[in-house]
Amino acid sequence: MNDQLYQERIVALAKAKTGAGKLENPTKTVRRDNPLCGDRVIVDVKLDGEGRIAEIAHQVRGCLLCQASASALSAVAVGRDATGIAELRHDAERALGREPGETHEPFSAFAPVAAHKSRQDCVLLPLEALKDALA
Amino acid sequence: MSFDVAAVRGQFPILSEIIDGLPVHYLDNGASAQTPLAVIDAVRHYETTGRANVLRGVHRLAERATESYENARAQVATFLGVPTMEIVFTGGCTAAINLVAYSYGSLLKPGDRILLSEIEHHSNIVPWQLLRSRAGIELDMLPVTTDGRIDLEALPRLLTPRTKLVSLAHVSNVTGALLDVRAVVEAAKSVGARVMLDGAQRAPHGPLDLPSLGVDFYAFAGHKAYGPNGIGVLWGRPELLDAMPPFMGGGSMIGRVTLAETTWAPSPRRFEAGTPAIGPAIGLGAACAWMQALDWTGAHDHEMALVQRLMDGLQKIDGTQIFGPASLQNRYPVVSFMLDGVHPHDVAQTLDSFGVAVRAGHHCAQPLMDRFDLDGTTRVSMAPYNDNSDIDALLAGVAHAAKTLR
Repeated sequence: MNDQLYQERIVALAKAKTGAGKLENPTKTVRRDNPLCGDRVIVDVKLDGEGRIAEIAHQVRGCLLCQASASALSAVAVGRDATGIAELRHDAERALGREPGETHEPFSAFAPVAAHKSRQDCVLLPLEALKDALA
Repeated sequence: MSFDVAAVRGQFPILSEIIDGLPVHYLDNGASAQTPLAVIDAVRHYETTGRANVLRGVHRLAERATESYENARAQVATFLGVPTMEIVFTGGCTAAINLVAYSYGSLLKPGDRILLSEIEHHSNIVPWQLLRSRAGIELDMLPVTTDGRIDLEALPRLLTPRTKLVSLAHVSNVTGALLDVRAVVEAAKSVGARVMLDGAQRAPHGPLDLPSLGVDFYAFAGHKAYGPNGIGVLWGRPELLDAMPPFMGGGSMIGRVTLAETTWAPSPRRFEAGTPAIGPAIGLGAACAWMQALDWTGAHDHEMALVQRLMDGLQKIDGTQIFGPASLQNRYPVVSFMLDGVHPHDVAQTLDSFGVAVRAGHHCAQPLMDRFDLDGTTRVSMAPYNDNSDIDALLAGVAHAAKTLR
């Protein structure tokens, strides 16, 4: 048996469900689907006057990786604008081995997914949704 | 004599592979089945002793290739119980359905109706939606019962004099349910509608007798039926095929070409434009011959015993729910289940760590998932070469996922 993918940190992120739910009167709501696997993410954001995230919530109908990613993202998104979220995206890409360089918390937890190419979009889906929300 | 699963397994080299220290418990046959030595040898024989283009060359390699290609057509025809020249080779099952949607569809008029069901694979929905956009036809959908069967009680309500075609899955790729073809054909005939079956999940489980089914078109895929990929089959009644315009134009499908106009070859050539997938067709012929030689009474009993073992085992794991027929009657060995609190992809990923291959997700049946508000299912799809060790490894993996991921 080989359990490398579902390491403790990823499972803990998913179970934490940070930011899970809806916002009342969000500035923007975006839904993204992964057509290959059917994962679905809905992200609500409230923005301040300068385009920074003041509040974020997400609803995930998807796998543990997608849930963990949404949870990780919600933990560090507040206060960031589109550029700041793009930096997080690079961090996730680095964790997945798609970009060179060192990765940081919380996305460093996703390093085991680097060996599972077919699951990497599960990690990136919440970031895609949030990018759309800030566009 | 009981079914000798070890002897069948011995014909599939991949089943004795050890990958990353794990055995191969292959239960994703509904996506692609494995292929036996007989098929591998047939393709190799063509590639090493008879590789050439078909139909037009006069040299001896071309003669060999043509003979092998046409022999494959005959093997497929025998498997389906129909005359050889009623077999059209296509790029796959999806290509076969698209062919009918385009060519038969071009004979339809705005307001004509096609009846499908909510259980269909996207390949038996989207081509018809494309036709609807092109031709102004209407689509109707048979509902699905809670145990994952097409609800035929709705047939009288949904069949109308404008219904020209009923196109349904012979066996569901999600629930394994077998369609009551007789009931569908009888009802369709009463309004003059034709019937097409998507046989992708039925063909891998033994020879068919299409004339006794009474259908008008039948499609299946090579790679799900122990053959190569890139090849599929469309069977159609000759009077229908000959009335249909070509799907694609090119070499081989013509009668006579002038710069002013072109006449079409008769079917099946009319629908095989360009150089066909010769090696894959030969491989599929060998796969049909291989299936033809198998003891399917024994194989079916064996497959159903695996289904029973799987269902019994799943019921012992807290929070599992089977989506599909609970009985072994009128079903094939495709079983979908959900594990409460664990997404199907995470179940499948955990199973991979036990060496068990399954498919998880929507199975290209999103309307069905929407209908039952499912994120997806984990699907176990079996073949005659599966054995108890495959099921037991799967059950151990599901139990592990239940313990660690929720």
